[in-house]
Amino acid sequence: MGLFHVSASPHTRDHVTTNQIMADVAIALIPASAFGVYYFGLNALVILCVSMLTCVLSEYIYNKLMKTPQTPYECSALVTGLLLGMNLPASVPIWIPILGGVFAIIVVKQLYGGLGHNFMNPALAARCFLLISFAGRMTNFTVTGVKESGVSSETVYKVLNGASSVDGISGATPLAVMKAGGEADLFDLFFGFTGGTIGETSALMILIGAIYLIARKVISLRIPLTYILTVAVFALCFGGRGLDANYLLGQVFGGGLMLGAFFMATDYVTSPITPMGQIVFGVLLGIFTGIFRIFGGSAEGVSYAIIFCNLLVPLIEKVTMPRAFGCKKRRKG
Amino acid sequence: MALTFKGGLHTYDGKDLSKDKPITVLLPKGDLVYPMSQHIGAPAKPLVAKGDPVLVRQKIAEAGGFISACIISSVSGTVKAIEPRMTVSGAMSPSIIVENDHEYRTVEGFGEKRDYKSLTKEQIREIVKEAGIVGMGGAGFPTHVKITPKDDAAIDYVIVNASECEPYLTSDYRIMLEYPEKLVEGLRIEKSLFPNAKGIIAIEDNKPEAIAKVSALVKDDSDIEVKVLKTKYPQGAERQLIYAATGRQINSSMLPADAGCIVDNVDTVVAIYHAVAETTPLHRRIITVTGDAVADPRNFWVRTGTNYAELVEAAGGFKETPEKIISGGPMMGLALFTLDIPVTKTSSALLAFTKDEAAEYEEGPCIRCGRCVSVCPGRIVPQKLMEAAQRFDDELFQKLNGMECCECGCCTYVCPAKRRLTQSFKQTRRSILDSRKKK
Ligand code: SF4
Ligand code: SF4
Repeated sequence: MGLFHVSASPHTRDHVTTNQIMADVAIALIPASAFGVYYFGLNALVILCVSMLTCVLSEYIYNKLMKTPQTPYECSALVTGLLLGMNLPASVPIWIPILGGVFAIIVVKQLYGGLGHNFMNPALAARCFLLISFAGRMTNFTVTGVKESGVSSETVYKVLNGASSVDGISGATPLAVMKAGGEADLFDLFFGFTGGTIGETSALMILIGAIYLIARKVISLRIPLTYILTVAVFALCFGGRGLDANYLLGQVFGGGLMLGAFFMATDYVTSPITPMGQIVFGVLLGIFTGIFRIFGGSAEGVSYAIIFCNLLVPLIEKVTMPRAFGCKKRRKG
Repeated sequence: MALTFKGGLHTYDGKDLSKDKPITVLLPKGDLVYPMSQHIGAPAKPLVAKGDPVLVRQKIAEAGGFISACIISSVSGTVKAIEPRMTVSGAMSPSIIVENDHEYRTVEGFGEKRDYKSLTKEQIREIVKEAGIVGMGGAGFPTHVKITPKDDAAIDYVIVNASECEPYLTSDYRIMLEYPEKLVEGLRIEKSLFPNAKGIIAIEDNKPEAIAKVSALVKDDSDIEVKVLKTKYPQGAERQLIYAATGRQINSSMLPADAGCIVDNVDTVVAIYHAVAETTPLHRRIITVTGDAVADPRNFWVRTGTNYAELVEAAGGFKETPEKIISGGPMMGLALFTLDIPVTKTSSALLAFTKDEAAEYEEGPCIRCGRCVSVCPGRIVPQKLMEAAQRFDDELFQKLNGMECCECGCCTYVCPAKRRLTQSFKQTRRSILDSRKKK
């Protein structure tokens, strides 16, 4: 009789792999990106593709140059690229996603040790880097090829109402409209016929993707739910509109909150691993988003809130270590 | 609502392969090997020498200390040698080797029926001790020590662990279907030692037939209850079982008795029944032989000391060349590199798989997905514990409750990056326990 394999238990494994999880995230992002392409036109498709390609290639070339083995996690870079693209306005020139993709993969991810070691969400860090460096281009929500939508006859939107001089065209995203005291059209907001980045406008499409992720047990509701609820409560308390359903729902469905809550705040690597920590994380995200939106200069706050809270994750984990089964004392790690 | 605990997981359970196969008696062909270490505690001391004749049910080795157990011959014949032989752990243990004369002549007086009610508690405990009974769920803790807590009156529950949560195992299930009355009577005997104790038989809800059979038998016992547990691994882990059945929590430094509980597995309770009510010491084992490489998966009644290779043969041999052989379940069992190993009191199953799932995947970096955290029944954070283990930081490891890990394997099972978490924890725990002993 020949020799048999010997290894320590357990001898069986779940079939879910890292790459499969990342592929699931990419699949879940399809409805929202497809809507973006439908609504914003072909340019959006080009941006998304360039962004994904840049990320995957950056990872490949980095590994080649550094002589590290090619990692079998190309889906992870793909998701980063897709998310980055979805966080860009459709009107940006082609070099913006290229620059952003290289920054996300090389600077934010690989230089910090690669998959699992980055402490900020690469796509969002790249978006914020681009926002700071190229505020004008990044906030020009010129919409071309928009279908008859009814939200407004305007075809030009702008997110940062504080920078109203940008490109000289005035206009606003729903959040900016509300910030200026106006009303958002909830129907358009929910379906996505509104201004914004390629992937963030349609709450409905994002929810469809989110349901898929939850059904596949890739994400739990802990972070997104606490995040969204906190934003609503914060807006209720500090928004200055009281219990105004239109305003509150506008805050929830408007801007990058849905995309951020379900797809970026839930990024495994940059969110807390402890169940309690995830709830704390969601609440903090909601508070910071609220502060940035209501008291900050701009109407948007999701991206900054997420990368800021990313930095707090180690601290959050430290104070939310669970109590071991049968142990009375909570031991801090 | 079925009772349960927080964490755990569902795996492919593989029980269909053997769950409908009745227990069949398997007679040994070759020599019988009785390792002196087949329980927790001091090895047993041989009472026989080379050349001595032995009878079935004869005590051939006595307990080597307070925490130890004696060993009973399962056949009649002659002692061929006393020499080191390999056991499931891969370690060599001094063993008594008996040449079987196939006559099965028994020691006189054995097999007689007796009523436990006519025995004193001391007599019952002595009988259990002399029968060499140990925890047959896998740990092998001497049962007579377990049923002798500091204070009998402080025991509130005697729990039969009938959850059989490990995938593929069906031996306990078959016992409950084929002779549930022995199980129930064994529990009555055990419970009679403790004046305030209630009996609980805890069964997972994927075994409705067993639940029905056992429930019917205890319907007139006011102080014995069948508790239905949710089917989930590791429902049968002692701490999780106690919690599900009684709501009480214990940690790694406590004994079940500290929470007023005594927990025994199904076959152990049946062994108590045999010893007390039928004057038959422990010399056999119910074992499941299964896996996709086995031609005819079966459940056997087998004499301890029988060679594993004979089990495979009796199950029709291998229909395909196995890549991995496991003694016990796939989650916590031990992988074997040879079949030349004897059945002991703690052997619950022999599995043979054509594929080694553990070797199929490559290990990748942790993506911090949190899956390990949500399945850990010990409510520890395996991801962080792994960092401590990899840095050989024993202090941090203990601070992160590494000693609370029951080595259930759930974290390794779910990890999408295929990191060998449990395996590292095992090593670290061993080395910490060793260094504690040295102090
Ligand atoms: S399951 Fe694996 S990948 Fe996920 S957090 Fe735990 S160790 Fe990391
Ligand atoms: S092996 Fe240990 S750390 Fe892993 S899930 Fe089981 S108890 Fe938790």
